[in-house]
Amino acid sequence: MTTANTYTGTYELEFERPLLQLERQIAELESHSRDSEVDITADVRKLKQSHTAMLKKIYAKLGAWNTVKVARHPGRPQAIDHIRVMAKDFCELHGDRHYGDDPAMITGFARVGSHKCLIVAHNKGKDTRERIACHFGCAHPEGYRKALQKMKLAEKYGLPVVTLIDTPGAYPGIGAEERGQAQAIAANMFEMSRLRVPIVSVVIGEGGSGGALGIAVADRVAMMQYAWYSVISPEGCAAILWKTGEAAEKAAEALKLTAADNMKLSTVDEAIPEPLGGAHRDPDAAIANVEKWISQSLRELKRFKVDNLVNKRFERFRRIGSYEEK
Amino acid sequence: MTQTPGRSWQDITDAGKRGDVPEGLWMRCPRCEAMVYRKNVEQNLHVCPECDHHYRIGADVRARQLCDPESFEPQWSGMAPVDALGFVDAKPYKQRLVEEREKCGQPDAVVCGKGFIKGRGVVLACMDPQFMMGSMGSVVGEKVTRSIELAMDTDRPLVVVSCSGGARMQESTLSLMQMAKTAATLAKLDQVGGLFISVLSDPTTGGVSASFAMLGDVILAEPKALIGFAGPRVIANTVRQELPDGFQRSEHLLEKGFIDRVVHRRDLRSEISRIIDYAGK
Repeated sequence: MTTANTYTGTYELEFERPLLQLERQIAELESHSRDSEVDITADVRKLKQSHTAMLKKIYAKLGAWNTVKVARHPGRPQAIDHIRVMAKDFCELHGDRHYGDDPAMITGFARVGSHKCLIVAHNKGKDTRERIACHFGCAHPEGYRKALQKMKLAEKYGLPVVTLIDTPGAYPGIGAEERGQAQAIAANMFEMSRLRVPIVSVVIGEGGSGGALGIAVADRVAMMQYAWYSVISPEGCAAILWKTGEAAEKAAEALKLTAADNMKLSTVDEAIPEPLGGAHRDPDAAIANVEKWISQSLRELKRFKVDNLVNKRFERFRRIGSYEEK
Repeated sequence: MTQTPGRSWQDITDAGKRGDVPEGLWMRCPRCEAMVYRKNVEQNLHVCPECDHHYRIGADVRARQLCDPESFEPQWSGMAPVDALGFVDAKPYKQRLVEEREKCGQPDAVVCGKGFIKGRGVVLACMDPQFMMGSMGSVVGEKVTRSIELAMDTDRPLVVVSCSGGARMQESTLSLMQMAKTAATLAKLDQVGGLFISVLSDPTTGGVSASFAMLGDVILAEPKALIGFAGPRVIANTVRQELPDGFQRSEHLLEKGFIDRVVHRRDLRSEISRIIDYAGK
């Protein structure tokens, strides 16, 4: 059984600070017990119980901005971890057949549960070198075109498509513009809306704007419990509407970007639960939940006749919007 | 991660100051700085008679300019935005909507309807830069979608004149999903062999360029219009270098292969008619 690498870094979530003292006490007691005869099991158990209780309390009312921070936690399982754990025999496919191979977008055949499928996923990179190569998960037009070219391949062979979304947004650069970032994203939505195989999408971390939606026009769209999905990043929104990036917290709240909020807006269909304290605390358990949802959804979607499936997908997006009419 | 993809509002509003026709009888062209008589500019389709600078124009003016006299019939004029999120920034979105409506006399940033261009029946949608910088929320998405559907039902060509800073932040993912909604409906129009002529004017960026605006069967752009995914300021901040001359302007996109023709405003009617005839619509 492959497992996701457990995060061993020192990244600290500010709102988790009250937990640190307890964690330190537990560690101290445990190391002390190794050198002494005194039985401290009961004390450790007690401390661990209050740790769990506090964790529960903190995550029960996390707030939008802290959710964004959890979604960006470096220990949070990335698409590559999901693929490693849930996909058997992943066969990566490279290149967009136009310009290049964008490492910020991973595509390939895989088996998830009993389903042969195509996986399309944003890639953020694990270490500094990878992160820079992937532009921190911001794909270029060649990434979106690679995704489309592989999705057409999946359509040809009747394979369902699974997309994993984790991007702050599509890359805003000179080359990206000159190679048609806007056109690439638009073309993906256009073609995905009529792709004749089931498509399921999961926002596993960040769902930043058109860069996210460019691979998220699906029959079913889910968000992990502490992922975010919005028209713009909180920092970008703050810079524009509040004229300072420091208002990001306010912007995050206003944008209604959490899984629960998006469920209310009917922009996503389901929230996939994460282990207590976020996916970074137990990546394998988090990925197992995602896998379960994907398998279940694909099983259900495969029952539909293709025309029916495509019509329902269209209707899913057609009805989104809020307005009044006199 | 502090990167913030998307366009900068400042880019757009700054450009707006340069683009709108200023008040008064005489005005100084923001591009060539010539003093020009306001009425002359208006008679010249809001193009500077000295330097051909294309000013930004409202949706009503645009529809009047493009359609044969008295032929434009607006549709869904009673559709108005609502504040589904309870969004409050410097001021509440609700209040913003009231003020914008008073300012430009429209309930939102697009005017759609049926009309004739040189005798050819079309469905026309014009975006209005005066209403929250032409941003796309639920109303713009819905009206553009209905325009596409009307074009299908009536077998008329669809013409959309884009002018927008992108998706409207105040409606968050509801705005975002309008990109998918319009793109998906255009795929239907494509399936039945419909014709979509997309006209890009200054500016066409963000979620509008990354959805219907870039999906035209034929894409025309007015000269020197700003067209792109991200705003120039965001790009400059990201790449930390000076942007090339003419970057993200119509002529640059033509050179890079992303639009079909750069068309002067006075030629739009004849160019659109020509394409309709070639497509046999």
